[in-house]
Amino acid sequence: MTERTDAIIIGAGHNGLVCAAYLARAGMKVLCLESADSAGGMSAPRTLGDNYHFPGLALVAYPVAPAMCRDLKLEQFGYEPGKAIDTIALDANGKHLTIGTNSVSGDSLPESDRKAYPKIREQYLAFAKALHPLFDNKPPRLKHMEFADKTTLVKLGWNIRLGLGREAMYEFLRVAGINIHDVLNEAFEDDRLKGAIAADAVMGSAMGPRTPGTVLTWLQRLQGELNGPMSLQSGGRSQLVHALTQSAEDVGATVRFNAHVDKVLVENGKAFGVELSTGEILKARIVISNADPRSTFTRLVGAPRLDAMFANRVAQIRGAGVVAKLHLALSGKPEFAGLPEAQMGNRLLIAPSMKYIEQAFNHSKYDKYSEHPVLDIAIPSVHNHALAPERHHVMSVNVAFVPYHLEGGWQEQKATFAHKVISQLGQYSPNLKSLIVDHELLTPRDIEEQYHAVQGHWHHGELSIHQSFMMRPLYGAAQYDTPIEKLFLCGAGSHPGGGLTGLPGRNAAKRILELGGAK
Amino acid sequence: MNIDREHFRQALQRTPFHDRFAALSTTEEWMAWNTYKVPRVVDNLSTEYFAVRSGCAVMDLTPMEKYRITGIGSREFLDRLVTRDISKLRPGRVTYVVLCNDEGKVIDDGTLFQFGEHEYRLCSQHHQFDWLLMSANGFDVHVEVETHDVAALAVQGPTSYSVLSAAGICKLDQLKPFGIAELRCGDIPVTVSRTGYTGDLGYELWTQPAHALQLWDAIFGVQGQYDIHAMGLSALEMVRIEAGFIMPGFDFNTAESTIRNGYDRSPYEVGLGWVVNLDKGHFTGRKALMAEVSRPAERRLTKIVVNGNKPVGEAFIFDGKNGKQVGEIKCATWSPILKANLALADIEYVDGRLPSQLWARIDYQRELKWLSTWAECQVQSKAFFNPEHRSTTPPARY
Repeated sequence: MTERTDAIIIGAGHNGLVCAAYLARAGMKVLCLESADSAGGMSAPRTLGDNYHFPGLALVAYPVAPAMCRDLKLEQFGYEPGKAIDTIALDANGKHLTIGTNSVSGDSLPESDRKAYPKIREQYLAFAKALHPLFDNKPPRLKHMEFADKTTLVKLGWNIRLGLGREAMYEFLRVAGINIHDVLNEAFEDDRLKGAIAADAVMGSAMGPRTPGTVLTWLQRLQGELNGPMSLQSGGRSQLVHALTQSAEDVGATVRFNAHVDKVLVENGKAFGVELSTGEILKARIVISNADPRSTFTRLVGAPRLDAMFANRVAQIRGAGVVAKLHLALSGKPEFAGLPEAQMGNRLLIAPSMKYIEQAFNHSKYDKYSEHPVLDIAIPSVHNHALAPERHHVMSVNVAFVPYHLEGGWQEQKATFAHKVISQLGQYSPNLKSLIVDHELLTPRDIEEQYHAVQGHWHHGELSIHQSFMMRPLYGAAQYDTPIEKLFLCGAGSHPGGGLTGLPGRNAAKRILELGGAK
Repeated sequence: MNIDREHFRQALQRTPFHDRFAALSTTEEWMAWNTYKVPRVVDNLSTEYFAVRSGCAVMDLTPMEKYRITGIGSREFLDRLVTRDISKLRPGRVTYVVLCNDEGKVIDDGTLFQFGEHEYRLCSQHHQFDWLLMSANGFDVHVEVETHDVAALAVQGPTSYSVLSAAGICKLDQLKPFGIAELRCGDIPVTVSRTGYTGDLGYELWTQPAHALQLWDAIFGVQGQYDIHAMGLSALEMVRIEAGFIMPGFDFNTAESTIRNGYDRSPYEVGLGWVVNLDKGHFTGRKALMAEVSRPAERRLTKIVVNGNKPVGEAFIFDGKNGKQVGEIKCATWSPILKANLALADIEYVDGRLPSQLWARIDYQRELKWLSTWAECQVQSKAFFNPEHRSTTPPARY
């Protein structure tokens, strides 16, 4: 390397790109290293056969924060938040519910639920907004507090007490630590509605509706909605990753593909570069890891360079992936009994009741899969015809509560399981099976292998309360800096966590610049 | 390890040497040490003390925490575990080590024995199995407790070399301080290390519990020829203070048992800075210790001689007679051989420096009436007692 590199970013997932774009915009010379041959990480497009394209592991997304959009000129680089969609809570008897941002409708929905829905939504969005300062900033350190930490806490306190008002604050404090099951039972009667909301609260986590802390995970999800409505990931140039890559490259950041980082080079407690799997050594003034914290510390840095208690906390990070991805290449549009064709572009959900979800979750706790998994379904080709040959379609399914450790092993049972998921889908869409041209199932193990995220966890670690905020990903590395000098974290494992938000990447960049950038 | 089903009937375990100590015990002063019953005083404290300083004393070491550390990653594991540069440690050698937590506070000290390329024993004051297992995360290393599987005796004092030679443990002449030798005593194998906690010439003998009594009998078999005494922990406390050795958990609070903020101590603060090597590469606590050395010293465990002959016991230390309180005595003893009041005191520094004067206020009783007196203290930088014969090889024969 003849040219000076200020920052090496490991992984060109969306958070890595956000971080790269911010740092490059601040004048730093940034090199982003990606082991795959395209950017995006888990949200990078995938292809099945030659002709079927899938937008990546993420099924839906919310618009990125307006400030980020402005800072990184994302719209100028083609980013569009995507068309708002509804959630269809599928019912085996065809009595589906259509759940929108402010209304819910469907056959035999109790009137009380229809009326309560917008109120509950409004209330929980207000709660989410109250928590916003916590998500939008680096998590405050409680001991040795910096000024920025104080402002975050003051804003948070202000929002909770004055923003919400007395009554709402009491309600917020009552529900913040409890489970979504109890809260939804208080609010609604309809099983389909409760199932659909509860599914959002637990999707991606090893939690059932009755698990404490699931109100908080729902509030974390609702953070996205503060920026605008949910849309389907459907690939193409309007996708976030595409715009981010352009934005980063526009200000001089370089993204290098097929560069697999094997080691973070550390001397005298200070990171000074990385070693690639080819043996090539790249030096930089700082190293930023978008890899998950367990990979970063255990594989890239290694226990001998870490203190014992810290290394032990890393080993204890809870985060066994529980979501599998099923991709189906279809020779036509599937039909769902009772669902009008115009509704097919929405997100379809099989989570007919909270009991159903809890039972599906139970199996995963005991290293088994459920014959009746929770399924989050999208047909992105409805929005983007380029994804499949003419009149053909692609279906992308998140299969929740699929254990990372499966009793008896995945190798032997993967095909059977894929078949079972397809059968479950078939109960709602009778013609689906006959349309399947090709399929792929990515278990958490496959996701681990292909995306280098330990245990294949979407969020690089559970979004449980003990791994959130100033405890994310762990004490000692929660402000994006780490015990290794000049080594930072910027991925979903860091606060505020997973989802296509770019917030960990942006918070990390802000923190790095605050600490003097590459100085 | 086989656990006797009836073990619960005994509050304290018996060491393999227990019957021999019991037979010699006239005081019946027993105490608990790491779940074992050991003598505080066997017969007479003065006799036991002078046995260490001018003859030969035998003490039960079995209760000491012992861990076997094996595996190809054991050196790397130990390197990260201890603050000291152990790159010169070789099979057949022992070194004194300190363990810190992430905050650079002392968890424990211990002696590290290397037997083979990937074979070590760590002896520590306190139970550290959980800490060792936790630290083993990410290393190719196997740690097991061998406390109860090894019978150990300390044979200490100027005549210990002669006693052991007479008892049939030969080839000790070339064993240097901190050396290990695999020897025999009659037909039993004995591992002998030239180590101890007394500051005198001495050895530690390690054998299988089944051979314990045979080893004991061989040593006490030369009783007529040499003056040998079984010794309890009270005499040990006197000689270890004379030698300037510290005892974690007594002279300072160990890190992982400290609840209150600031009550734990770094190696620098307890006088173990010489066992810390910040340049050796990473070890647990290094970053915190790097930060500590860049700040002025806040406190030091300091060796002091308290003038006069009033037993000091527990006392506060002041920066002058009736001055400001600057510290407290952590352990103290009257040294019969030096005729002095010795103590280790935790002293607060002012602007990174030791106060220029130290005074102890000694509270004492006379016929149950409390009285108070002042005694000036002299700071001592080296061990109070460190005789030349301790480190001569071969040791003098008697």
